[in-house]
Amino acid sequence: MAKCIMTVDDSVSVRQMVSFTLKNAGYDVVEASDGQDALGKLNGSGVNMIITDLNMPNLDGIGLIRAVRSNDAYKFVPIVMLTTESQDSKKQEGKSAGATGWIVKPFKPEQLLGVIKKVLG
Amino acid sequence: MNHIADAQSEVYKEEARELLTVLEDSLLQLEGSPDDKELVGQIFRALHTIKGSGSMFGFDRIAAFTHEVETTFDLVRNSEIPVSKALIDHTLQAKDYIKLLLEEPTTDEAPCEQDLKALIGSFNKLVSDHKETMTQNPPTNTSTTITSAQGASSSNTPAGLLTYRIRFCPASDIFLTGTNPLFLLDELQALGECKAVAQTNALSSLEEMNPELCYVAWDIVLTTDKGIEAIRDVFIFVEDTAAIHIEKVDSPGDGAAEEGYKKVGEILVERGDVKAEELKEALGEQKRIGDILIDKGIVTRDKIASALAEQEQVKEVREKKAKEEAASSIRVAAAKLDKLVDLVGELVTVQAHLSQKANSQADPELVLISEEVERLTGELRDNTMSIRMVPIGSTFGRFSRLVRDLSKELGKEIEMATEGAETELDKTVIERLNDPLVHLIRNSIDHGIEPPDVRESLGKTRKGLIQLTARHAGAQVHIEITDDGAGLDSARIREKAIEKGLISHDAEITEKELFGLIFAPGFSTAEKVSNVSGRGVGMDVVKRTIDALRGHIEVESEQGMGTTITLKLPLTLAIIDGLLVEVDKDYYVLPLSSVEECIELDHSKKTRQQDGRFVNLRGHLVPYVRLREQFGVKGDIPDVEQIVVTGSEGNKIGFVVDQVIGEHQTVIKTLSRVYKDVDSVSGATILGDGTVALILDISKLSQVGRCEGNA
Repeated sequence: MAKCIMTVDDSVSVRQMVSFTLKNAGYDVVEASDGQDALGKLNGSGVNMIITDLNMPNLDGIGLIRAVRSNDAYKFVPIVMLTTESQDSKKQEGKSAGATGWIVKPFKPEQLLGVIKKVLG
Repeated sequence: MNHIADAQSEVYKEEARELLTVLEDSLLQLEGSPDDKELVGQIFRALHTIKGSGSMFGFDRIAAFTHEVETTFDLVRNSEIPVSKALIDHTLQAKDYIKLLLEEPTTDEAPCEQDLKALIGSFNKLVSDHKETMTQNPPTNTSTTITSAQGASSSNTPAGLLTYRIRFCPASDIFLTGTNPLFLLDELQALGECKAVAQTNALSSLEEMNPELCYVAWDIVLTTDKGIEAIRDVFIFVEDTAAIHIEKVDSPGDGAAEEGYKKVGEILVERGDVKAEELKEALGEQKRIGDILIDKGIVTRDKIASALAEQEQVKEVREKKAKEEAASSIRVAAAKLDKLVDLVGELVTVQAHLSQKANSQADPELVLISEEVERLTGELRDNTMSIRMVPIGSTFGRFSRLVRDLSKELGKEIEMATEGAETELDKTVIERLNDPLVHLIRNSIDHGIEPPDVRESLGKTRKGLIQLTARHAGAQVHIEITDDGAGLDSARIREKAIEKGLISHDAEITEKELFGLIFAPGFSTAEKVSNVSGRGVGMDVVKRTIDALRGHIEVESEQGMGTTITLKLPLTLAIIDGLLVEVDKDYYVLPLSSVEECIELDHSKKTRQQDGRFVNLRGHLVPYVRLREQFGVKGDIPDVEQIVVTGSEGNKIGFVVDQVIGEHQTVIKTLSRVYKDVDSVSGATILGDGTVALILDISKLSQVGRCEGNA
């Protein structure tokens, strides 16, 4: 069974790039445009992993991570956040909210897949 | 691929244009209300996205330039630089410049280089002005080291093979961050030779245990050429919360080699698990150091186990290195090796005889000698067997060509991956495996993997995958051929099986049994015979070869997802572990690998339902064969007989014998050609006292049993 990964980002291009890379690698992909949207699409979707941006309107990445971790069905799901090198404090905040790992933007498709393999096996 | 990339960059351009508009609007608004944090945040996000996606889609110039602007705005966001007229002017200019770059990305030279330099200069000035005003407060944010999770690619310096000792104690709430520590261990495994010993002493009793917490820590010994940075990279996501110690243990050839290996005690002291004095005191006693330390409660058994693992790993690495140095090998004629194996077999037999004699004479001196001989024979046997072992890798390698050629011929796109190429198997087994593997791979390519177009319409990748995996499983080697193709169509197989009269219309059989039918002679569901396969001969050959090698075949398949065929083979053909049984003073050997359990058949309790040859085994009816009748043995039937229950191809069948004697190292002797038509016996062996015991062919006997059962 192909594993299903949710990509959350307000930037269409990043979302497309992530989703294109993932689909090529044989994963199923669910896209969401921000934290709110992601939470709405999460329930019952059987998502195995979440990749989320941090800076987003409505509900940001940190908020999304907290919300997911408090959901019993998804509290052990790996969450990888997309950060930039200038966001060290954000990264710490994300980690304490329960993020599994992070990827520094910009990243190459191979790096993305490497991190997914690391947390999703 | 290219047109997709183009489409992607078009999406990026579209988005960047929108973002630039947002940027402009926000900047103009910001001029009116310079204290609006929300606006600054919006500007920052826009710049950030333009930069981030820019570099991902190859707009490196945009990314590089926007980075400068973003850096400035990060300071603005943190209220370290005030919003000024100059700032807004410069940013608006920057926006126009980005737009220019976006529309003309093809020019080799950066357009308007002068302007660019001026712009970057003015941004830098804004930043440096700010720095001057707060000299005692060096900026931290902008120069944070880039901790990228890009894995082991960039930072490793090849340093030859080094061994590291890693202690990994994850925080107990590690699961709550969605981390699976086992994946990290897998990742380490991928770096090199790796042994992990779990430390379970923190584990509490079942009632107190919280299943959502992690109680286990790991001691890992890893030998890798990737360098310590690569190891750190593995733990990069957990390094803040977990306790991780990485130390270099031993670099081969650092002079320590002559001193021999480090003692367990020394390793424990080095790790700080034991104090040197405690060690000395313990050494005064005569037991093995590990046992003493455990008895004294100084360290736990797990700690010792992990120290031992390290010792062993270091030893192995040294040995491997020595092996590489002494790469000079000797080519020996296979016949000489066969002779050696024969002789060792004889020796094992004689040794068994000696032990028996020694034990019956109760002469302590003789027992001592016989035990010594037993030990040496065992070692000699293992060594001789290992000489015949060759890695399966070379066989695997041959198939990549086959896959390439065949897939081209059939217009399919197929990739082949192998795993466990270093798995060793008896040379004879490997040679005879070639044909079955060719048939199985051909089948996967021809029937399994769909043409690229079909695959795409099914949402699969265009390229099909065939994976060959070999691994040890006890005294067996499992070889898996996995494809991600169409899978087996159980309905069609059933139809075909009924047509061929292999099963009756109303037969209720499991999917596994049904899949097993594809190995029946002449069975093929292919509509037309192709060049490659479909004649229904191949699978039959596979089955017969594997049977001859005393192996089993298992098929797993999910329709639409793919098929996995597992060949389970014994490590060697010359010596097996057997179960010795007796029927009226004659001895027989059953291969221990297929024996599941032994139960009693008590005639005094008249529990026989009808005259059926079935025994009730925990609610399941298991058919049995009476060896006594099978071989026409006369004589008295004991009151209590034994049933040896065996499992072959997923079916259980029992064999009734007078007595079960026990495990026996069985040196297989082939029967002379006179007996080649006897199919219930696969060979013979000589027992310690010189008696001959026949080795039973369980799968053949099972067929007999089943036929009788149906009749």
